[in-house]
Amino acid sequence: MDIHISPHDGVPIYLQIVNQVKYLVAAGRLAPGEELPAIRVLADRLVVNPNTVARAYRELEVAGVVEKRRTAGTYVSAAGSPLARRERLKILTERIDALLAEARQLGIRTDAVVDLLRQRDEVLQPDPEEA
Amino acid sequence: MVAVPSEYTGNVIEVAGLTRRFGPKVALDGVRLGVPRGVVFGLVGMNGAGKTTLIKHVLGLLRAATGSVRVFGTDPAAGPAGVLARVGYLSEEPDLPGWMRVGELLRYTRAFYPNWDPAFADELRRSFALDPAAKVKHLSKGQRARAGLVLALAHRPELLVLDEPSSGLDPIVRRDILGAIVRTIAEEGRTVLFSSHLLHEVERVADRVALIDRGRVVFSGALDHIKDTHHRVTLRFPQPRPEPPALPGVLAWEGTGAEWAAVCSGRLDDLRAAAAECGAQVVGHRVPSLDEIFVARVGPKAVEPVEA
Repeated sequence: MDIHISPHDGVPIYLQIVNQVKYLVAAGRLAPGEELPAIRVLADRLVVNPNTVARAYRELEVAGVVEKRRTAGTYVSAAGSPLARRERLKILTERIDALLAEARQLGIRTDAVVDLLRQRDEVLQPDPEEA
Repeated sequence: MVAVPSEYTGNVIEVAGLTRRFGPKVALDGVRLGVPRGVVFGLVGMNGAGKTTLIKHVLGLLRAATGSVRVFGTDPAAGPAGVLARVGYLSEEPDLPGWMRVGELLRYTRAFYPNWDPAFADELRRSFALDPAAKVKHLSKGQRARAGLVLALAHRPELLVLDEPSSGLDPIVRRDILGAIVRTIAEEGRTVLFSSHLLHEVERVADRVALIDRGRVVFSGALDHIKDTHHRVTLRFPQPRPEPPALPGVLAWEGTGAEWAAVCSGRLDDLRAAAAECGAQVVGHRVPSLDEIFVARVGPKAVEPVEA
């Protein structure tokens, strides 16, 4: 589980863990049923307060991303897939919002942005000849 | 002063109304502080703000002239031996006997602590690559800090007190120190009090934070709460302006021309409304780092608060 904490950028550390675990689940790099590191182990590795990791795991549990099992471990939920799609859309929505904000600043209308999206999509299509 | 029987509230450290003067200089001014069991408590503030003086009171090295200090429910200055046996302490410049070898230093220190765990001491010494045959005076600054850390941890103290432990050390030694804090707190019921001016380190490991400035506690609380109640908001004004307006909740401004960023405390909606009245638009919003909050509170750009 590759998580990186940046204490300089202001985002609360528990939220950095939550967001990155969600991202890893969405990206398929944490599979349903996979066990997350124990709280102490992750706290030690990230050099953060164990209470912070515990809070992140609680939030992830409430969001249905992970579940606690009787053996006291924390596992990625089996029902991860619909959420994963939602998370993927959420990540994309944030990017789109940033794009639209920038377009507005540059005085480019949304229609033109959509046209540009289609145009770029065609450019980035793999060439059938090469495939 | 009439001795009041201490009410052991469950706080490991309880400081109330603590004032300390050194000649004409007020080092601590009515300090009130409670450190609950099982938390990492970060004391932050500029050099000379009073952090070390406060820590010396907690350790019983200074006696409270005005106000009271309780550690584990007792006055540490009245019976420092009893309190110190349950406390691990590391200062910025650990005062270690230079003529001793590391191995001798460990055996010597062990005699002071009934709970000393020699196996744990040896494990720590090995993990820090400290040669037992090395003379203390020949250790590098980082290795001296590590030796000090072994001495502070090997009796598995209920309370670990670190005074600017990372000051002037390289990142690898600093990581060892932070790791020791994290592992100490991971063991049920242990408590850590540490002072630092490296706010990103405090932000990593602290549950609670108190900001001390010129001997006073400027603010104190759970780090999560502090982060929840502070905002960094970027405003865009219709016209460039030489100075930002006075807005409620703003602690400090930064910017030029039409775009100004404010670190503020309180409700974001209130600031949004006040900004709208000045014709400004909120173009950016994020949670500030503890460092930004600190600078906004006590830095040179801090503004006089405006009532809502």
